[in-house]
Parts: sequence; C-alpha cells; structure tokens
Amino acid sequence: MSSPSTADSRDALFVRIREALANPAISHAHEHPVHPANVTPEATLSQWLPAVGATFEEQLDLLARNSVDLKTEFKVVASAEEAAAHLNTLATENKWTKVATHRGSLNDAVAAQLTTPVYRVDDQFDKVQLETCDAGITECEALVAQTGSVCLTAPSSGGRSLSVLPPHHVVLARRSQLIADLPAAYALLKTKYGAKGYPSFISFTTGPSRTGDIERILVLGAHGPKKLTVLLLP
Amino acid sequence: MIAPKSLFKRDAAINAADVPRRTFVRNALHGYEVKRDLNKAKFQDWQSARETASEIKFEGINHLDKYLAEFAKNAEARGTKVFFASTPTQAREYIINLAREKNVRSIIKSKTMTSEEIHLNDALEKEGFGVVESDLGEFIQQLRNEPPYHFVFPCMHLKRDEISQLFHDKIGSAQTDSPEELTMIARRFLREKYIQADMGISGANFIVAETGMISVTENEGNARLTTSLPKIHVALVGIEKILPKLEDLSLFLPMLGTAGAGQLMTGYNTMFGGPRQPGEIDGPEEFHVVLIDNHRTELLADAEQRDALHCIRCGACLNVCPVFKNIGGHTYGTTYAGPVGSVITPHLRGLQDWKHLSGASSLCGACTEACPVKIDLHHHLLQNRRNAAAEKPVWWEKSLWIGFAILMRQPTLYYWLTKTAPIAQFFHPLVKGSILDPMQAWTRTREFPMSATTTFKDYWKQKKKQGAR
Ligand code: SF4
Repeated sequence: MSSPSTADSRDALFVRIREALANPAISHAHEHPVHPANVTPEATLSQWLPAVGATFEEQLDLLARNSVDLKTEFKVVASAEEAAAHLNTLATENKWTKVATHRGSLNDAVAAQLTTPVYRVDDQFDKVQLETCDAGITECEALVAQTGSVCLTAPSSGGRSLSVLPPHHVVLARRSQLIADLPAAYALLKTKYGAKGYPSFISFTTGPSRTGDIERILVLGAHGPKKLTVLLLP
Repeated sequence: MIAPKSLFKRDAAINAADVPRRTFVRNALHGYEVKRDLNKAKFQDWQSARETASEIKFEGINHLDKYLAEFAKNAEARGTKVFFASTPTQAREYIINLAREKNVRSIIKSKTMTSEEIHLNDALEKEGFGVVESDLGEFIQQLRNEPPYHFVFPCMHLKRDEISQLFHDKIGSAQTDSPEELTMIARRFLREKYIQADMGISGANFIVAETGMISVTENEGNARLTTSLPKIHVALVGIEKILPKLEDLSLFLPMLGTAGAGQLMTGYNTMFGGPRQPGEIDGPEEFHVVLIDNHRTELLADAEQRDALHCIRCGACLNVCPVFKNIGGHTYGTTYAGPVGSVITPHLRGLQDWKHLSGASSLCGACTEACPVKIDLHHHLLQNRRNAAAEKPVWWEKSLWIGFAILMRQPTLYYWLTKTAPIAQFFHPLVKGSILDPMQAWTRTREFPMSATTTFKDYWKQKKKQGAR
C-alpha cells in the first residue's frame, strides 16, 4: 500500500530528527554518581549478565534449576524411545487425543513411536485443526542455560503457531544444543542466519504461558501453552 | 472542560484517601520488589549492566536518523512495510485505510501503549471494525472502558471480585473468586477471536536497526498468537525504541524482565523480521511497522532531557514511586503515569498544562535509582519546574519569593519573626484546616510542625556560655 503522503511524511520526520539532534546531548556527570569503571569498550555483555558455569554439567544443572523455577518440566532422556515413552505417559495422564508436530529428525524418530494420532504441520496446515490438538511437539534452535529459555525459530520449530496454539508445548533438543547464555544465543543465530537472512520469527520462550494480571497471582496458561516440557536427547 | 491540574488535584485527594486500595496496591508492589531484587542479584554486575544499557541507548537516540534509516532499509528488504507517522492522525489513517483495503472485519490486539497514546481503538470502532484486546489486563480494562492503571500491570488496582463481577456483567460468565478460573474465562473467550481475526495489532519493545526486526516482550502468549494467526500484522511503535544491534537484546531482554516484573526473562521475547518468508509454513502475509513521532522529536530537541527517550517502559520507576503508590495511576490523567510520565508528558502535551506533574514529587530519587537505563528522572522533574517558571512566571509565586528574599536579608526582621511564630502558632488551631488558614493545603490532612522556641543562634550562645564544645 502506498499513499502519496508516505514518502513526504518520512522526509518530514527525518528533517525534524536532524534538527533536534543539532544540539549535542548535555550529560550530567554529577548526576550519574554510579559510573562503574569496568564499563570499557573491551567489556562483553556476558560479564554483567548472570553467571553460567563453563562446563556442560554446570550448564545442564543451571538449566534444570531454572526450569524448576519456571515450572517447565525438564527431563534428560537417553534415546528417542525413552522420549516417546515419556510422551506416551503424558498422553495417558492428560488424555491427549491428538498431537501435532513438524518435519525434523528428532521429531520423526519420536513421533513414529507415539500412541496418540499425529497431525502433521509440515508445508501447510489448518489453524482450526491445530487448535484442537492437545500438544505441539517441536524442535528448537538452542536451550539457554542462563535463563532457562528455549530459542525457537520458524525453520527449526515448525513455524509460529505450532509452539503456541496447543495447550501443551513439548520441545525436543539435542545435548549439543545446550548453550551458556543469551549472547551465545545471538552469536549462534548470527553464524547460522546472518549471511543468508534471518527467519521472520525468532522467540525465546521461557516457561509456559503465564499471567499475574489478577492480584499479581501467578496463573499458568493465560493464552499460550499451560505446560512446557523440554526433553534433552543425546 | 476541567483543567488537567484541577482534575489531578481532585483525583489525588480522592485516591489518597482510599486507604484499602492504597494498601492493596502497595502490597502488590512489595511482592514485585522482592522478586526484582532476587533476580537483580543474579546479575554479575547490575550497575555495569545499567551503564552499558544507558550507553547503547545513548548511541541509538543520538544517531536516531541514521539508525531509523538503517532499520527501514533492512526491514523493507525482507518485505516489511514501514510507515513513518508524524501525528496520531497519520498513524490512525494508515491503519484504517489498510484495514479497509484488505476487507478486515475483526482485529485482535496485543498490548501496545502507543495505541493508547493515539486512541486507536476508538478510531477503529468508529469505522466499524471490531477490536479486542487480548492481554488479560488490557482485556479487563477494555471491558471496564477505562485506560490502563499502570503501563505494565494494567489492572493491578482491581480485586478478584471486581473482575468476576465485570466478567459476569459483560460476557456472562459465572462468578468465581479464583484468579485461575478468571484467567481461563478470558482464555476461552479470546481463543476464537484469534482464529477469526484477520488483522493483528501489536506494539514493540525494541526495534533493531541492524536486522530490521522488532522485538516484543510478553508473558501470556497473546502477542505470539496475535502475530501468528491473522493474515496481516501491524506493529505500532514509537521511534525511540531503537537499538543499533541485534545482540544488544541479550542485555536488554533480561534487564527489561528484571526491572519490569521481577522476572529474569519475560515469558516470550519474540523478534519479528518480516511477514512469512519463502519456505516458512505460517505467519502473516503482510507485516507493517508504523513508527510514530507524536512529539517525541520535541523531547529529542531538549539536549538536557533527551535521555528520557532512552526509556524502555519497564515501569520500574512507577513501582518504587511513593507518589504513584499513594495517588494511583489514573490520577495522572496521562497515557504514561508515574515518574517517567511526569517527565515526558509536559514535552508531549504542553508544559504549562502538565507542569503540575513535575511539582507533585518529593524528589526522593527512588525512580532514578530504579531505572535500568539510568534516566535522570528526578532531575528532569526539577528542570521541568525551572523551565515552566521561566517560560511563564506565576505572579504570586514570584511575589512570595521576593518577600522571602527580603526577609532573609534582614536579620532583625527574621529574628523578630522567629520570636513571634510560636505566638501565632498558639492561635493557629482557631483556623487550622479551614479556608481562613493560609496553610490550609497542608493542614487539612496533616499536622504543622511546632516552631522552635529558641533560635539556633541563641542556643549556640547559651552552649558557649556553659563551656560545652
Ligand atoms: S524511565 Fe526508566 S524505570 Fe521508568 S519506565 Fe522508563 S526505563 Fe523504566
């Protein structure tokens, strides 16, 4: 859509911005009593953010602890069979009648052994159908130990809807996908997509959907998934 | 129409007297503070994080033209339509025209304060479009036909029975006193709206120049649904939300979560870099970003207060503000309440009409200390006071200061007054708190401190005579 005024209004705004910036900002050194000397050009963002251990075990441990706080079910499994067995237990407990998943090596290995009918969200899907599924099983880009977040992207996780529309979101990840912190996550995304173009959707999902809007009392499953399960495969 | 200042005074008096509500809000904010401190402590160096965040924002805001152009170029390269709106009218017209052109019938919205700023819902409804707010708090406020109380916690002033009654009256649900059940009522009600809607409107917490993305922070998943299912996604964003680089988010996301709601990371932090791309299985066909000025460039032109545009709208300054806790969010009469609202509203809507907000502060500085991007909030309140007085002096204030100056330059007169003050105070109870009382504004609800019976000078002489140090 292009109305004739679009370009004009853009130009007008840029003129106003440049005029406004003609005077350099006045900074008030005395009004910033805390100016830590360690903020130098060499400093990295990881230095200020919450500490994460260097070894895989430490990171795994932190991820597990963060998951408890976030009410994410986190489980390390030894194989696709064990992952499927766990999901089959969840299916019985929660009376799942249908689950949805997308194409992917982990998904395919696990989905083949599920007892619940599987709705495939591969090249296209019907949102009304997807809405009736009891769980959405996706892969991910990475798991972030520091914050307990799952990094989802459109290509890695079956698009935008699969991970948010069904009431239970299950993430399947490999041990090699565990990363330390948020700067590492952005570095990973840059390496993978920086040159060829980023996906239209990247999300850090941290725990199941939640709200505290009523009396600041935590309720899970406001609009998105009520439950989040993360299974770590070899 | 009543002047903003008179309204403010009236509502402040009413709300400050509502002690149960005040206590309720105070308790909720205390819970927030505990969680915030817990997560702040996880940072290896919170003060350096603040400093760095402030420097990144400084870079972005002070080269706003460069970064906005970069954002637009990169966003457009991915098929995003970028529109720059100078005024609320331009922004509203753009969205309304788009909705008309695409035969939109129903619109779902996730939280965007910018749309409150331009009264988008009213405009859309007037044009015949159905608009539903999907954030639980905003949904409740929409049903109440009331603006948000707090820009992060929209209905934090309401108790569960009030919400239950509201749902009962407006959407016919059964009464309940369980927050969980109330949340599920809203969930069920809104589910089908997402599926039906053909346009989703969101805000954005950040826009990234380097990659042409917007970043949206939320807990409920409503913004994710709003931006996944409808065939058109419109994001309405203030021009100051700029960040130069994508990796800057690795600092800003946890800082926003921590300062904003006491969460190390908010539930969903999502970056959108265009409409559905080739090879992707879903997402909107069209993605529009409407960047709005609405007087932000006037604040930008104020070299002294430009850093107020660093604001990431976390709400931390409201949460710690004694004034906010006592008078509540609606009293401000502004889109943005609390300390940051008091600083920026005079720039956005006129200094003389809104200067009273900068006056309504004890200048305790709690806001400045809480701010994750180190905006010098309480000094900006002082600067607004100074600028307002310089621009349009108030005659009686001026004469008061002249009188005060005379008094302070006449030691004898001053001495005589300190001697007579206790006598005057002895008779004060006769008029105390009434309209005859010159101190009425203070004494109506408070005690006036007793004036000293000896002056410091006399006291010192006395001490010296006694040989004390
Ligand atoms: S001024 Fe600072 S503390 Fe207040 S909302 Fe903005 S960023 Fe948060």
